[in-house]
Amino acid sequence: MLKDITIGQYFPGSSPIHKLDPRVKILLTLGYIVVLFAATNPIGLSVGILFLVFAYGLSKIPPVMILKSLRPVIPIILFTSVLNMLFIEGDVIFQWWILRITVQGVTTAVVMSVRIICLIAGTSLLTYTTSPIALTDGIERLCSPLKRFKLPVHELAMMMTIALRFIPTLIEETDKIMSAQKARGADLESGGLVQRAKALIPILIPLFVSAFRRADELALAMECRCYRGGEGRTRMKQLKLHARDVYSSAFVLLCIAAVICINLFAPEVLTMR
Amino acid sequence: MGDIITANGVSFGYPKENNELNVVLRGVSLTIREGEFVAVLGHNGSGKSTFAKHLNAILVPNEGTVTVCGIDTREEDRLYEIRQQVGMVFQNPDNQIVATIVEEDVAFGPENMGVEPSEIRRRVDEALTDVGMAEYKAHAPHQLSGGQKQRIAIAGIIAMRPRCILLDEPTAMLDPKGRREVMSTLKRLNREHGITAVLITHYMEEAAEADRVVVMNDGQVLLDDNPRAVFSHVKELKRVGLDVPQATELCYELRKAGYDLPEGILYEDECAQAIAQLLEVAG
Amino acid sequence: MNAIKAENLTYVYSPNTPFEKAAIQDINLEIEQGEFVGVIGHTGSGKSTLIQHFNGLLKPTSGRIFINGTDLWADGTDRRAYRFKVGLVFQYPEYQLFEETVYKDIAFGPTNMGLSPAEVEQRVREAAIAVGLKPHHMEKSPFELSGGQKRRVAIAGVLAMGPDILILDEPTAGLDPKGREQILGMIKAYHRQRRNTILLVSHSMEDIARYANKVLVLNRSGVAMYDDVATVFSRAEEITRIGLSVPQITRIFGRLRAQGFPVSESVYTMDYAKQELLSLLAKGGKTGA
Repeated sequence: MLKDITIGQYFPGSSPIHKLDPRVKILLTLGYIVVLFAATNPIGLSVGILFLVFAYGLSKIPPVMILKSLRPVIPIILFTSVLNMLFIEGDVIFQWWILRITVQGVTTAVVMSVRIICLIAGTSLLTYTTSPIALTDGIERLCSPLKRFKLPVHELAMMMTIALRFIPTLIEETDKIMSAQKARGADLESGGLVQRAKALIPILIPLFVSAFRRADELALAMECRCYRGGEGRTRMKQLKLHARDVYSSAFVLLCIAAVICINLFAPEVLTMR
Repeated sequence: MGDIITANGVSFGYPKENNELNVVLRGVSLTIREGEFVAVLGHNGSGKSTFAKHLNAILVPNEGTVTVCGIDTREEDRLYEIRQQVGMVFQNPDNQIVATIVEEDVAFGPENMGVEPSEIRRRVDEALTDVGMAEYKAHAPHQLSGGQKQRIAIAGIIAMRPRCILLDEPTAMLDPKGRREVMSTLKRLNREHGITAVLITHYMEEAAEADRVVVMNDGQVLLDDNPRAVFSHVKELKRVGLDVPQATELCYELRKAGYDLPEGILYEDECAQAIAQLLEVAG
Repeated sequence: MNAIKAENLTYVYSPNTPFEKAAIQDINLEIEQGEFVGVIGHTGSGKSTLIQHFNGLLKPTSGRIFINGTDLWADGTDRRAYRFKVGLVFQYPEYQLFEETVYKDIAFGPTNMGLSPAEVEQRVREAAIAVGLKPHHMEKSPFELSGGQKRRVAIAGVLAMGPDILILDEPTAGLDPKGREQILGMIKAYHRQRRNTILLVSHSMEDIARYANKVLVLNRSGVAMYDDVATVFSRAEEITRIGLSVPQITRIFGRLRAQGFPVSESVYTMDYAKQELLSLLAKGGKTGA
């Protein structure tokens, strides 16, 4: 059902990847992205690919999910590949009229596509193995040093949590409002763009009014439970680092080091940009 | 047993656009004692919800005072203390749940109070067991029924260890099953843990389960007594737009027709018994 | 001709997924024109799903649904027209108000029907009177009104479509006794005046007992009973076994009958109860003398 959809689609599980501290996972994902973009030759890039395969294997997430995560980006990949193939100067391998395809163009297209695919697949692994609440927690704690610079870290995290909490509820409500307006003859399906936009007004206005009312009531309920912002708050769930967090961090650092070495010392196998 | 909440000559009006007041409470005086289960019964517009909001300092009176555990509700810097002692459960089950997981929502109150993490864990587990929702602790709130959500809300309050729970029409949006769940949970908490309960309601079946019923009408206290005594005022209750249990009304009608029936009948078994006796005597 | 006829009506949610569930299964039902039917059943018994089939909002997984003799899902049926013939008022309808004025909101339905402005105005005024709104309410923003008034505006919005069949899903949800009586009284008066078919979904047996003339009891995705009010309440034991409760009056009389007193089997209103007992006592008095 609609309300069982979660953002980024979290798959509960107990693999080693699932059990990693969310802060560590976020930082390691950033580290992985560094690996992908730091590599200047295919060997370095394949380190990134192997890492991805290893991580997915460990997480027990079905590999078909990689394809699902890529679906929205396929147009972008195709578009950039075509541009790369046609407009990069170099040794021509195919020509038709004014369109020229070069060796360098093809390699750049392939490398860029592989990078994008690995990037999407890698960050998707983060959301597949980390619940939205754990992610929010992780981001909040990672950013808490920024409180010194007056960044409202706790408030932002609170907003995220409440938004996540109410998304299924609001989806359900939208459903109900749509049914009620359809029962009065609202036509949400036919007509051009403008007509359909206008037809959304009977849905959006009640939804907005309702959202504001909910926010009002929720704020009052929170105050009655002694909420006063982030000052003096404790947390029931404590994030603790375990051995596995240390090992995985070490492993990723190793990969970054490997890529840098490969960059410096491996023979020039196909120049990459 | 001490007094937990004392209201003295409370008058209150909501400000209107033209600088006037829409007076909702007129000189309400009431004392709630520790361990009591009090129902405040009244139709919509009687002032019962407005009165409830005075009991945990959401509102302060225009005239008169409200004292909660010895603290005057006008003392703004002691608001926190008041709300630790009197926790409130609201009517809409959804709009008081803050977290994405049940146990995290129950932990919200204690977290705000700065309670030590392992103690919070203990309180959350206890509270969920007390309301019978322990197996749902890892669920998402939107997967629960209305009655279950309200029980989570109650758990969230008792995890704060207040002396009194205040419930503002907690069952108005629930189906009969949900209403029964909430009422039995409430009664058990009051009986077994001695938590004072103040239930604002317009359902007379719920009021009938309390120790004491306060009937409000037009911003004033009309009746304040135990359920049997209150519901025997059938005519007065109907006049102010309230219902009485059918058992009570039936006996009242028969008494009006001249037959001798005991007063204060509330439940179907005693009603059937009394009528049976009457039919025996007549037959 | 029946107003509503359901033939082996079945609806399955999320078919072919782990969440698959038959909300209603094999429902066969014939509701005559002009009836006032109370619909009762647990949450999850299929009530909401069933009523959404009557105005074509939901398409049956299998089976057929006929409104005024027409198969809603046959080729060529103009289903949108049936949204206006079968008016459906959802729970807490006040949450769907959106227009700038009360008048415009009530006019939403009739306008969608393609009526002329003059016709729309007549419908709106009639509907407003039927729900007890006053002329001075009409130009106000619906958001300025009280909860009870907002609900009346929402109901008027459906009445203004002039439906042959009016379905109300728990129109008294969240209201106090006085509010309940006002809304139900208004619906009863509307029924008396228009003589159309009304379905009232409710959790309250007492309300159904007072206002409906037929009762449809749903249980576990199917029809448990569909009969006159009196007949349904005489089967109090069955109803209790389903987990629904009959009015307290009915239970009291059940006990009296169990003790051997010759009281009527189907007492479900206060007036009838009083009448029964008074006549029985008077008779008893006579024989005693």
